[in-house]
Amino acid sequence: MSVLTVPMAETGTASITRRTRVLRRLRRNPLAVVSFVVLALAGVIALLSPWLAPYSVDQTDFARTFAPPGTAGHLLGTDDLGRDVLSRIMLGARASLQVGLLAVATSLVIGVPLGLAAGYFRAWDAVISRFTDLLLAFPFLIMAVGLAAIRGASLGNAAVAIGIAQIPGVIRVVRSDTLRLKSLDFVAAAVVDGASDLWVLARHILPNATSVILVQATVAIPAAILGEAVLSFLGLGIQPPAPSLGTMLATAQQFAARAPWAAVLPGVVIMGLALAFNVFGDALRDALDPKGDRR
Amino acid sequence: MARYLLTRAWQSALTLLLSTIVVFVGVRALPGDPALALAGEDRSPEALEAIRRHYGLDQPLPVQFAQYVERMAQGDFGVSIRTGTPVSSMLTTALPVTVELSVLAILIAAALGVGAGVLAAVRRGRPAEWLANGLALIGLSVPHFWLGLLAILYLSVATGLFPASGFVPILEDPVDNLHHIVLPAVILGTGLAAIIMRQTRSAMLDSLSSDYVRTAKAKGLRPRAVITRHALRNSLIVVVTVVGLQLGGLISGAVVTEQIFGLPGFGKMTIDAVFQRDYPVIQAVVLLTAAAYIVINFFVDLLYSVIDPRIRVTGDPA
Repeated sequence: MSVLTVPMAETGTASITRRTRVLRRLRRNPLAVVSFVVLALAGVIALLSPWLAPYSVDQTDFARTFAPPGTAGHLLGTDDLGRDVLSRIMLGARASLQVGLLAVATSLVIGVPLGLAAGYFRAWDAVISRFTDLLLAFPFLIMAVGLAAIRGASLGNAAVAIGIAQIPGVIRVVRSDTLRLKSLDFVAAAVVDGASDLWVLARHILPNATSVILVQATVAIPAAILGEAVLSFLGLGIQPPAPSLGTMLATAQQFAARAPWAAVLPGVVIMGLALAFNVFGDALRDALDPKGDRR
Repeated sequence: MARYLLTRAWQSALTLLLSTIVVFVGVRALPGDPALALAGEDRSPEALEAIRRHYGLDQPLPVQFAQYVERMAQGDFGVSIRTGTPVSSMLTTALPVTVELSVLAILIAAALGVGAGVLAAVRRGRPAEWLANGLALIGLSVPHFWLGLLAILYLSVATGLFPASGFVPILEDPVDNLHHIVLPAVILGTGLAAIIMRQTRSAMLDSLSSDYVRTAKAKGLRPRAVITRHALRNSLIVVVTVVGLQLGGLISGAVVTEQIFGLPGFGKMTIDAVFQRDYPVIQAVVLLTAAAYIVINFFVDLLYSVIDPRIRVTGDPA
């Protein structure tokens, strides 16, 4: 089932009505529209960046290092090795989005089943709660430090470390929504009807929990993007010469005296991506909120 | 209350034990022979054998684990492979820096976050709310190490108002100490402030529309008193919880902030250790962070149950 499938309405009205209402609310919220357009554009650019980028990210030009933005042929200038900053920002943003999606996918794949089980089966709750406590005890950076020490630093390991650190958040929201849904009449009816636990979870609880999962994912992606930037900045994430916004900032810090402008753009792009996700996540939560007018 | 306390204490102890096992297993999952890593330059078979015996690496795993727990409990985290200094003495110099940075950051974050959150809730639908909401969203989205970088470039280096890096112990010169740490603390605090602001605002909106606030207003209490004595007091529970939950984020944030501002704290020690493959230090750092998180959260939970008696009954923070 696609993550974007909007759940059946709990009240029994056709799901199409609820989907229409949510979409209409989103369309009427200018912030939602703007953030969605920004994200869609970023997604397209990220997908096509290998073809859109004016230069190869590894193409050095030692005759033209630290060209300032606006230089002919290099719109955003060049870095310490004379590589094109625009091209590296495009591919860096692509890597940020990759880590964001990969991390959130990791946390959902593990967190959703555990959250469902913790909320549905009373006996599993205690065990899963201890597991959650255990995960919480290792903040993402410490998790990343450990993983980098054991498996080496890379994009994949950074995403996994961030994803693991995000599991407790997923478990928490899915568990509490499962607890809520379990007490509703339609679930009781299904149980009386002889439905198995697995069937109830898959057909009744999970589809109705999709909206909280969706909102959780939208706020987790920007957190993961910021996490990747931090890890790469520290050298624990994407490894040079692969382009990453975080490593660009690390280089910028190194050469701050020669090219202070280099520290500005990658940060603006990271913030723009995270902001767009956060704004859209807020709008989505408001649109999905049955109470409606609460902002 | 005693029952709740016991349950929480037992849960914390169990989590602590589990995290110790995780770190122990993690250290054994490190690539290469640990004896080889500990040996450094001298890799003769005799030296390796001596190291294996000294660290009990020739014992069965359960025995190794028991010895390991015993050593950790005594504060013996081994010796740094790179510098030869005991890890415990490295921690003694590094920890005060991080604790000072974090405490200052929390104070700044709570002041900013609660203030802006209350303002946004009280001035609902006015420009003040929009401003506070916008700033909070930006605070959530901005990479804080980047803010730190910009602050160094455009505040410290350009104006000379703040030192760009370095640290002076508080006992040596409190004024100079504050001068060095205030900018990093503000940078670290702003991220937390954004989270606290959003939670405070939402809790305040809930309290402001509740019956007891309506009653307080109806009996003619001044608006300021309604807000501070009734609405805010009940919203503060949220702040306590948020700070507890964000502790992990704060630790991660402190690591980066220290790295940028060159503060010789826990975080800088961690990053240096990773690059130097200084495994005893990494292990101590990971274990201590987990332990600190578990212990502090235990106290946050206790505090929480003191503020909100309902939790003692249900045992489940709503």
